[in-house]
Formats: sequence, structure tokens, C-alpha cells
Amino acid sequence: MGNKFRSIETKHYEERDAFFEGLKRLDRRAFLRVAGMSAGIVAGMGLRSPQSFQLVNVAEAQGTKPRFSFAYISDTHLYEQKLNDRFIRSILKAVDDVNGLDPQPDFVLFGGDLAQLGQAGELKLGAQILKSVKAPVRMMVGEHDWFLDMGELWRDLFGAPNYSFDHKGVHFVVLNSIHEKDFWTERKLTPKERMQIVAGLDNGIQSRFEVGGEQREWMKQDLAKVDKKTPVIVFSHSPLYKYYRPWNFWTDDADEVQALLKPFERVTVIHGHTHQLLSNRINNIQFHGMLSTAWPWPYAPEGLPQLTVQMNRPDPFSQFDGCGDGRMDVLESGLVDKLYNLWERNPITVRASYLASGGKQDAPPRTKLPSY
Amino acid sequence: MTYRMKLWVGAGALLSFAGGVALATSPAPRPESLQATELPRHKVPVSKDGNLVVGMCDGETSLEVKGVKEGQSLTREQAARVSAELMETWLKKNPDANWDPAPPPGVAQGQKQAPQQKNPPMGTQKPATGGDIREGGVTAESGGKEVRKEAGVNIQDGHSYGAFTQRDEAVWAASTQQFVDEGHRVFHDAAAVGGTIAVSCDMCHPDASNTHPETYPKYQVQLGRVALLRDMINWCIENPVRGKPLADGDPRLRAMEAYIYAQRKGTKLEYGKK
Ligand SMILES: [Fe+2]
Ligand SMILES: [Fe+2]
Repeated sequence: MGNKFRSIETKHYEERDAFFEGLKRLDRRAFLRVAGMSAGIVAGMGLRSPQSFQLVNVAEAQGTKPRFSFAYISDTHLYEQKLNDRFIRSILKAVDDVNGLDPQPDFVLFGGDLAQLGQAGELKLGAQILKSVKAPVRMMVGEHDWFLDMGELWRDLFGAPNYSFDHKGVHFVVLNSIHEKDFWTERKLTPKERMQIVAGLDNGIQSRFEVGGEQREWMKQDLAKVDKKTPVIVFSHSPLYKYYRPWNFWTDDADEVQALLKPFERVTVIHGHTHQLLSNRINNIQFHGMLSTAWPWPYAPEGLPQLTVQMNRPDPFSQFDGCGDGRMDVLESGLVDKLYNLWERNPITVRASYLASGGKQDAPPRTKLPSY
Repeated sequence: MTYRMKLWVGAGALLSFAGGVALATSPAPRPESLQATELPRHKVPVSKDGNLVVGMCDGETSLEVKGVKEGQSLTREQAARVSAELMETWLKKNPDANWDPAPPPGVAQGQKQAPQQKNPPMGTQKPATGGDIREGGVTAESGGKEVRKEAGVNIQDGHSYGAFTQRDEAVWAASTQQFVDEGHRVFHDAAAVGGTIAVSCDMCHPDASNTHPETYPKYQVQLGRVALLRDMINWCIENPVRGKPLADGDPRLRAMEAYIYAQRKGTKLEYGKK
């Protein structure tokens, strides 16, 4: 499938890619001639280039060189290969992306939902593919990985789902924020049925996500050792705020978790699960969503944070549109510029300064085709 | 639907019109029950003079026609007189039944009407939605009082919807919901829709979001032609879902359309929207 139908938008970008690919092969005189003829294309191009993901580093251009960068791959939702190779092609594309980054990121965060239905075949396949990532991988768990065996195999493969570490002066906390209150015992559901229900975003039988009291206590202890001036970055699969309850774009105990982060000056939460360009700020905490490699979710009908600039509606005729991966540039301040590497589109950067200024500065490009 | 069922439904429709009776739409009886029970017969009394006795369609009222012997036929005038007399008796027995008088012969619609009561100002009374179901089933008077209240109100009537009960409407709503629920099932089940790679519609469209049925028909740039919602459903089935497109009449396609439209209740129709 795939290439038979291409949207005008997709074709347009392909032509531009071909144009810039061609530019590389030209000598200087030929380049000037072509550039003169194509001034319009260049002017309209913005940040786009065939290798935009690695070549464009606006932070450097503006003299606000980041302290360090890390990349991410998230929400790959793998089935076993014999059933579905589409999502496998997508994760491989993302692995190629992050392996092609120059300079290499300090590490690659995997944002959760490695598997689609928590099956051993899916998780092991994912673990195998992620071994080919050159940079160290930091794992996070998603609900699709968890609810078949309640995380047993995931823990065997990747270790504890919640942990913390320090890197170049930043304190990182990784949470398992996809706990759900037991909805299965009383209904006498099999593990498979339980997993299937959780896998349905609009399936209202399941409970809402939560970090849970036990893990909040662990987090409290962990943060007690950290100086309040140290930048904190939290990885959470669920958004750690309340966006849209019916789809679990939601964390039930978000307020309690935010309260634990309140004493810190600079806090960033990087989350998966929402498969879309998503930005928010609540007091001292900045939030960035991650893209999925498998499919984009539509924006929820209500509750969208005001600071979010929606990504344009994905083109269903292009397998990769609306999907992607990305990079986080951790600035000297300890805050994060988040680069969305949208496949087949211009990349979009949501800057710490945009969120910190409440949207007054450095706004990302406007949405042309918002949700219906 | 079998021929016999058609007959039964036809008869039901006739009944509900006769006398403006508000009939409860009970599920159509199975055709076997029609065969099993003999239909009631109207046994008219025998005249001791050997006169003709005519029975009325209510199964109770009858009239002895003096001067016409059993076996003889009535002239047209005699028949008209007999039916008028029977009707009068019936109306006396059922004062609350609302029987629309037959229009005088030869007066077609649009022609000059027999003198009628002047129309009262409109808008003072709402049309009846039908009364509650009476104990003992439908009688000649069921719903009659409600209809009488409307007599003379300047409001259009004579169509079937005005004569149904809340129960009817509940049955309709439930049938519609069942249709929508079936669509929900198919929409959330990769196998049901014929997918081969375990991708179901809800995986990209939770609650049918971003299916925007209200924007069709529209020129679908990627297809190079004007598309309906069902064209896009089939496109998705063929491509991301990797199944075979469904035929226009396929119950799964119809159910999915029902589900998708139901999710967008209240959204403004804007065909052609980009
Ligand atoms: Fe996901
Ligand atoms: Fe998720």
C-alpha cells in the first residue's frame, strides 16, 4: 500500500526534497543559477531539508547552545511481524533517524507502548529492534506493554519501570504512570480481555491512569535528595495532567504528582500516549508530548491546553504523516526545547521560552488545518 | 419478509388508520400464530321473517333489512342507507371515538369543500402524541379523546407519526441504537471489518473522531474525485486496515455509517468543507 495515493501536500514535499537533494550535486555556479530561479521555493522552505532532523539546530544558530540533547522514539505499538509489518517499518525508520543524528544524542528515551497487546512476541521483537540503537536507551513503560501480564515480561526485559538518574546536572525521574484500579477481577476478565480493553482508547470500561500512592511516596523520597535549584525532567507515559478523561489523556492523581514537583524551579515533563504535538505549562512545570511512530491520535474534542499549537491534520493517504520521533535540547537553564521530527513535514520546535512566556515569545508555526 | 407478514403489516396499518386509533406497535406476531388461531367471525342473528341481516365490521352491531330477503342483493341506494344506519348506531355506542366523516362523494381534494367550521387561530394546542396504552388493549375509543381535543385546531394532520405512542417511539429509538451499536462493534473489531493486519478503525479514530462525516460529499484530493463518507470508509478498509472494500449494501458498512453519524450528533452539516 502507501505510495499509490499521495496527497498534494505530500507530493509537494517530495518535490522539494528532490529539489534540495539536487542542489547538493550542483557546483557553485549552477547552484546560484538554480537558487535564483527557485527563490520562491527557498523562501517558502523554512527549516525544511532532507536531513532536517539533524542539520537544523536553531538553538545553536541563536547562540543558546544546549547543554546536551537526547532523542526519543515512542508509541511504536508493535504487532508480531507475521501479523503486521507496517508498524515495524515505522520503528525501523525511527531507529534510522536517531542513529543518523550527528552529533549523537546522549541517550534515547523510549516513551512506552512498545507493544500493541503486551504479547511476548511483540515485546521481545521491540527489545531486539531497540538493540540496534547506537546511543544508550532509557526505557519507559506504556499501558499496551503492561496489562496482559501486569508488567512481568517487561520488567524481565527492561528492569524496574520507575527509576531516577542524574545526567550533566539534570535530575531525571522515570515513572510508571499507567496504573489502573482493578476493573477486571469483579468482571472475571481474562488477562487477554483486560489487555484488549485497555488497548481501546475509547473503551470506557477501564479505569483512569494513575501514578499511585506507593510510587508517589517513592518519588517524594527520591526528590528529597535533590537540590531545589537542580533542573528536573520527568518521563511519564501519561500526560501527568488532566486533558481528556474519556481517552485517558489523563492522570487521576496528576495534582498530587505536580505538588511533589512544585518546590523545584525548573521542571519539564516529557510524556507519551497522546501521539500528537502537545504542549502545556502549569505553573513551574512545562509539558511536552511525544509523537508516535505508529499512528497519530486526533486531538480530543475538549480540554486541549491553551498553549498547544495543533499539528496539521494528518493525511491518511500517507502512512507516515502525523507520525515521527524527535529530540530534546536541554538548555543551559535546564529547560527543554522540544523538536518534533514530523515525518514528511517541516519539523516543529516548541521552545522553553514559548511556554515560559505564556505563548508571547517564539510561537511555533500556526496550524493551517486544525481538527474537525 | 414473507408475503404473509406483508399482509399482516398491511392489515395493521389499516387498523391504525381506522378511527384514528393510536395503536401500540407491538413486535409483529410470527406468521405461524396467524395460521394457528382462527380469526373471530361475526355471527349475525337470524331474522325470523327470513329478512337479510347485515353485520358491521365491529363484530357486534347488525341490522335487519326489511323488505329484502336473505339471499337477495341490495340496490346501491339500499346499501348506502344500511351502512349509514349501522354507522349511526356505532357512533351512539362509542361517543368518544373520533371518526372522521367520509367526504361527500365527488368532492376531490382542492375542490370546493362542504361547509366546515371556521378555522380557530392556530398554535393554541399541540398535536397529541397519542395517549397511554389502555388496559385491555386497543378499542374503538383508544386515543379518541386526544384526537377529539384537536378537532378544529388549525394544524395539519392525517399523517401517521402524530398517532404513535411513547412506547412506539421507545421502540424506534432502541432499534436505531441497536444499529449504531452494531456499527460501534464493527468499528472496533479488525476481524469483523475484514482487516488482515489487526488494525481496527478505532485505533486512529477513537469515538469516531476525525472521521468528519459532516464534510461529505467533498472533493477528496487524494482520490481525485468527489467522495462520500462511505468511499473514505472503504478507502481505510482497503489501505491502513488492509481488507477488501465493502459493497454498498453491506450491513457492516451501513452500521458503521450509522455509528459515525451518531457520534457527530449536533455538528453542523458542511458538505465540501476542506
Ligand atoms: Fe500509544
Ligand atoms: Fe499509551
